[in-house]
Amino acid sequence: MLKVKNVSAGYEHIPVLFDVSFEIQGGEVVAIVGSNGAGKTTILRTISGILKPMAGEIEFLGERIDNIPAHKIVEKGIAHVPEGRHVFGKMTILDNLLLGAYTLKSQEDIRSVLKEVYDIFPKLKDRENQKAETLSGGEQQMLAIARAMMSKPKLLLVDEMSLGLMPLLVDKVLSILKAISERGVTVLLVEQKVQEALEIADRGYVLQTGRVIAEGTGKALLASERVKRAYLGM
Amino acid sequence: MVETKKIFSQKQVLSWMCILIAVLPLAIPNMNFHHVMIMFVIFAALGQSWNIITGFAGQTSFGHAAFFGIGAYTSSVLFWKYMVSPWVGMLLGALIAMGVAVIVSYPCFQLKGHYFAIATLAIGEIIQQIFVSWEYVEGATGISLPILPEGFLQLQFHQSKLPYFYIAYVLFVLVIVVAYGIEHSKMGYYLKAIRESQEAGEAIGINPTRYKLFAMMISSFMTAIFGSLYAQYILYIDPFMVFSLPLSMKIVLLTVLGGLGTLYGPIIGAAILIPLSEYTRILFGGTGKGIDLIIFGLLVVLVACYQPKGMIGLFGGWARKGQRTGGEKGE
Repeated sequence: MLKVKNVSAGYEHIPVLFDVSFEIQGGEVVAIVGSNGAGKTTILRTISGILKPMAGEIEFLGERIDNIPAHKIVEKGIAHVPEGRHVFGKMTILDNLLLGAYTLKSQEDIRSVLKEVYDIFPKLKDRENQKAETLSGGEQQMLAIARAMMSKPKLLLVDEMSLGLMPLLVDKVLSILKAISERGVTVLLVEQKVQEALEIADRGYVLQTGRVIAEGTGKALLASERVKRAYLGM
Repeated sequence: MVETKKIFSQKQVLSWMCILIAVLPLAIPNMNFHHVMIMFVIFAALGQSWNIITGFAGQTSFGHAAFFGIGAYTSSVLFWKYMVSPWVGMLLGALIAMGVAVIVSYPCFQLKGHYFAIATLAIGEIIQQIFVSWEYVEGATGISLPILPEGFLQLQFHQSKLPYFYIAYVLFVLVIVVAYGIEHSKMGYYLKAIRESQEAGEAIGINPTRYKLFAMMISSFMTAIFGSLYAQYILYIDPFMVFSLPLSMKIVLLTVLGGLGTLYGPIIGAAILIPLSEYTRILFGGTGKGIDLIIFGLLVVLVACYQPKGMIGLFGGWARKGQRTGGEKGE
């Protein structure tokens, strides 16, 4: 579904990613894990078009997307849940969600996708007229994911959703991502919480200082000596 | 804003405000007062126009005097040199201002936050300098508009100020209608989304540059119209009047004082600042120069400390208090 081929990317001529390649099949949950500064967020920003790669190609459903602007990429079916949530705080939850449906043209589509999203996040429905800034961190994270779901994505990119959430909530959000993938949406998540992310992922990639250093199924990676030593402190 | 909606709709409150503004000059037939009212509607409309790009879209412009001046100069030059009706000049000036806004803001929109604000400030100053040294438009001497017999077509009235007031008033109401339309349209939501977080806006598929550009075009167009009107009312312009930084700042301050990003804000802010500056000028003459800004500065500091939402926050606060005693359950 998504092919990232030999991508290098960075900020203002300082490269962050070196020759990164990976692939995602439709319906998978894939986790990219790694420590601070490994380039995880940069990968997502490059896929969603906020950042242009310096070299390499990105293909989505057989079409090159690395040279089109971010807002066009959303139309192709990739939704990005940015790091730090970025909900529109002064707007109601409903308005946040409706804005997420920006790429949908028909009212009917919007209504049906809203219903589906409320199915996944029943709590948001109860509070639809509440301002987003009044939600707790975990709820805002849910809202950010729900808002991304409103564009009916085929691929959902989730950046560091565990940031600032208590462990119990991290598990909850992860289980929601699992539920989303069961509805047929492919999920690519980027996480610092290596163990939790690899537990729910079908496959994972380990990123270190801008390079992919290991890949495999979530279980295999968790079992590997290297990952255990470097990230899990075992 | 949201709070008052619960008692009266926003439309109702705005309509009552507009009706009140329309009848005030008739109720108080005093020349000075009419002058103050004209300045008030002009500045309220300027604040409203500025509010669209800064209050809604979150792009702080400190250079709106540039558009105001372009409007004033276009109609004045055409009128003075070629006897073109100021109405035509007004429309042309607005279109030119819009063109300049597009050329100037497109690159500036690559800048974010403070840098955008600084760029607009610099552009305002550059345009002023151009006009100061441009001989064709009389440079720093300015343009005295020829006095013609009264008439709607030449937009000059000598017996009474009321025609000026009602022309300004009609345009002011149009600006409010436009701003209201934007706030309640999809575009209003897109602009607010960009204001809250441009990146998240982009992540859900909004093209931020396009909508910021639309907002800037509308804002500059309306600002220039009031520039032409102002020139036609004062009948004299020079670059230090119409392109001045204090003018840009006045627009900014009155909107911030009233309430940034709300439709009431510029009206409330202008209703405080304009009478204050006009009456201190009438009262103290030249010796009192700047006293209005001293008082106004103090007000802005107080508002910034105690009511960051602007004066409009006061009304919201009262409405909320009323609700709470009404026995609303807390979250």
